[in-house]
Amino acid sequence: MLKTVLRAALSTTFVTLAAAITLAAPAASAATPAQLLNTYAAEAARQTPGFQPSAQRGAELYARRFTASEKMPACATCHTDSPLQAGRHAVTGKAIKPLAPRAEPARFTDPAKVEKWFRRNCSEVTGRECSAAEKADFIRFMTEGS
Amino acid sequence: MSILRVTRSALLAAVLTTPLAASADKMPIPADAPAAFRAECGDCHMAFSPALLTAPDWRRVVGQLDQHYGDNVRIDEKTRGEIEAFLIRHASTRNERTWRRDRAAPPHRSDPPRLTGTPWFRREHREVPASLWRDTRVVSASNCPACHGRAEEGSFRKRELALPELQRRKEHH
Repeated sequence: MLKTVLRAALSTTFVTLAAAITLAAPAASAATPAQLLNTYAAEAARQTPGFQPSAQRGAELYARRFTASEKMPACATCHTDSPLQAGRHAVTGKAIKPLAPRAEPARFTDPAKVEKWFRRNCSEVTGRECSAAEKADFIRFMTEGS
Repeated sequence: MSILRVTRSALLAAVLTTPLAASADKMPIPADAPAAFRAECGDCHMAFSPALLTAPDWRRVVGQLDQHYGDNVRIDEKTRGEIEAFLIRHASTRNERTWRRDRAAPPHRSDPPRLTGTPWFRREHREVPASLWRDTRVVSASNCPACHGRAEEGSFRKRELALPELQRRKEHH
């Protein structure tokens, strides 16, 4: 009897602990790539009714060579031809983990980080910020098309 | 003041202002780094030790983040201030005049100081052949981990040199 009670008490403790850890582990801003994609797609649909994200357009954006930056003409310059591969920063030489969540699960899970790098890298490569539609296409390519 | 006193204080000054030389193989990031330091200063390049530049140099680096060696890396003012305070707290206290005397002019006038342009960095790397700096595995002199296998942990010992062609050099030391 005592054993059963103890076991029950222990398991309750573990469940509570596990729940606490589960609740504490993800940062407040954690998201899935699908959630991020939906947010950008919804924003794009408000601007262009009927918008549907396209992995094909995302792939084209990823590979396209722009003229804004000599050292970084395309996403692929640093991230290689495939976002499943590790890349290298064209200026500093620093190793870059793969961009596709399939190869690097932490990718596209932190909305603030994703926004920061879209803002910075779109400005660097294309010479302007990317639209919500482009971001949605890009994430669709990262998650489905690559 | 006697000549002896003068000599002694000069010697002391020399010792105090000598670059890291002897301790250069250990340069970990101090534990009181603000949370944003590694995220903001360690994504495009390795997060560098604050001891690699002097306080005035760091002020110039973080004072013009919109012109960061050709890149606009502006961050919010609060984060910038925290990072600046941290860098200055642990900055090199080397003698400014000695430090600057033989520093090579930066390639672009607008560029902030480069830690790879300091006399200390050049001296420490004087044996590195020019071809290696241009190697596709290295790309930039600021890419410490390309050669220093444990650079991200703040360790720069010769025996940790990672490229095969550097192994030979290791054996000579």
